[in-house]
Amino acid sequence: MIPTIGLPHAISPTQPMQPFWAEITEIVHEAPGVSTFWLQFLDPDLREGFHFKAGQFNMVSVPGLGEAAISISSDMEDGHRIGHTIRAVGNVTSAISQMNVGDVLGVRGPFGSWWGLDECVGKDIVIAAGGIGLPPIRPVLYYVLHHRQDFGKVIVLYGARTPNDLQFTSEYKTWQDAEIEINVTVDRGDDSWQGRVGVVPILFYNTRVNPRNTVILTCGPEIMIRFVIFEALARRVPPERIFVSLERNMKCGLGSCGHCQLGPFFVCKDGPVFSFDKLQPYVNVEEF
Amino acid sequence: MAEIQLSVGSTVALPKVALEKLVANLHRMGYLVLGPQIQDGAVVYKPLDSAGVLPKGYTSQQDAASYHLVYTGHQRYFDVTPGAQSWKQFFFPPQTELASYKREENGRWQIEERSIDLTPLALFGVFPCDLAAVQIQDRIFLREEWKDPVYWARRQSAFILAVNCLHPCGTGFCASMGTGPKASPGFDLNLTELEDVFLVELGSEAGRLVMEGMPILPTSAFWLQACQNGLDEASTKMGRSLPAPQELPDLLLSNLDAQQWDDVARRCMSCSSCTQVCPTCFCWDARDSADLTGQTARREKVWDSCFNQDYSYIVGGNSRPNTRSRYRQWLTHKFGSWYAQFGTSGCVGCGRCITWCPAKIDVTAEIRAIREEVQP
Repeated sequence: MIPTIGLPHAISPTQPMQPFWAEITEIVHEAPGVSTFWLQFLDPDLREGFHFKAGQFNMVSVPGLGEAAISISSDMEDGHRIGHTIRAVGNVTSAISQMNVGDVLGVRGPFGSWWGLDECVGKDIVIAAGGIGLPPIRPVLYYVLHHRQDFGKVIVLYGARTPNDLQFTSEYKTWQDAEIEINVTVDRGDDSWQGRVGVVPILFYNTRVNPRNTVILTCGPEIMIRFVIFEALARRVPPERIFVSLERNMKCGLGSCGHCQLGPFFVCKDGPVFSFDKLQPYVNVEEF
Repeated sequence: MAEIQLSVGSTVALPKVALEKLVANLHRMGYLVLGPQIQDGAVVYKPLDSAGVLPKGYTSQQDAASYHLVYTGHQRYFDVTPGAQSWKQFFFPPQTELASYKREENGRWQIEERSIDLTPLALFGVFPCDLAAVQIQDRIFLREEWKDPVYWARRQSAFILAVNCLHPCGTGFCASMGTGPKASPGFDLNLTELEDVFLVELGSEAGRLVMEGMPILPTSAFWLQACQNGLDEASTKMGRSLPAPQELPDLLLSNLDAQQWDDVARRCMSCSSCTQVCPTCFCWDARDSADLTGQTARREKVWDSCFNQDYSYIVGGNSRPNTRSRYRQWLTHKFGSWYAQFGTSGCVGCGRCITWCPAKIDVTAEIRAIREEVQP
């Protein structure tokens, strides 16, 4: 059973922009500049009641600096510990990367839509992710590990810039033991790299996709997403079974501030996960 | 003469001299009355002490990139159509506090209790286009699942005195958008200004209370006819029109590659004037700041615009990097995707974006040009 979202959320219906405090309980280094911050709400009710679905995000804030939309990379069946895998790139994420266990962050959430796990039951899943696009899909992998028998083949196609940049490498063994196939590629190898070199979409060339029974989940750089969709469509996977998680500028998570709009959608509220049939009219419009 | 019953839904006549008493009644009921007044050559909305400071005798001449107040000496209070300001600023202020934080002894942040000024506002002289705009913003800021606290507090206690628009502006097209020249329900009182009297339509119990004790007269067939004639004439007199707005979502969103986007991008300066004066534009930015000691911090909600450079910025790029993409976003949102989001057009036809565009860009002309380009 996929847990349904229960109250209390860390979203106040009367003060929706006010954060709730969460303490950093553990920091796991994943790759250069990328760490997973494990958080726990200070409020015990929230700690107990907080639920999210795979693919949703929180607005994580540092007072005085700002707030950033960050996907939840942890296990949705363990809402007590919330994991955010963060790459230090902007104001807020750089400040967080300087923080230590015991420090406190502001959190609002969870926001947005989720991966269509219901659609995946009984089907093969192909996950295509690039770089920091894997953390938003990791909750799916946790779920698959807990409910492996619900799904057919599960294949992860993952790429990063260099072997060093590959995330969650310590978990590959666990995934493989659960018969999750992992195909990895890097843009540039190093002296010890024996694996594939190239972009994520080429991993499709060695992947057998049964179009009648496959769900594609993809997240990563927009250009990668475009080519993943191209490969998926070329294999006749129908658009409504290709799920994409998009990134946009977000300031509220409520479908109010306007920044994340894409045509009729507020990506923060109607997304970030979309089935491709909804996005089809807009994805190939330049600069929309 | 038999006593006239004041009841919600009824219309009575009010001698013009009694307008002062109406303002006084609102003051007495505890409202902060806000009304149109002339300042620096334009009409602005600010606290109204007396009906005497209303822009009586003035009219405004508006065209693309042009706005002038003209004194004609007539005896009408509400002839001046709106300037750059709209009532949006009172429910959705340009800058409000979202949260303030203070550091505790242990170094952790504490959220300070936030107070919202609960003085009820009376908006005195809201034209139908602007009333429609308030109702559109209600859909944006008052959701079932959450409510903007400042908007909610101010909106629900506000008194709206609407005024039918008998002398529409040169850039307006409210008749096309179905928002004017007659005010739709949603007002507490609605005035029609005739030569000697106001016709006053009572829209709510609050409106009825304000009218209690006023020197009212029964409406006559003559006045009702004058009101209807004035509205009919106003519909035909406004400076712009926009045919079939309900067709625009399809027209605009299926022609995202029209040549006209390139053309308008050569004229638009991405200055964001149109979004600042638009009474429905709702985009805002959350800005964080801290004091120099690092002991206090605050988040503010500040008006933003899809024309601003960092509006669509994310690490790794800007999804709308140029004027063409920004103008297209504004127009396709306002007249197109707004329907899917909020079940209505985002435009009320007030014409402000035309009047206040320094480059004389006229949305009605742009839309016409796109229509002509793709449906020759």
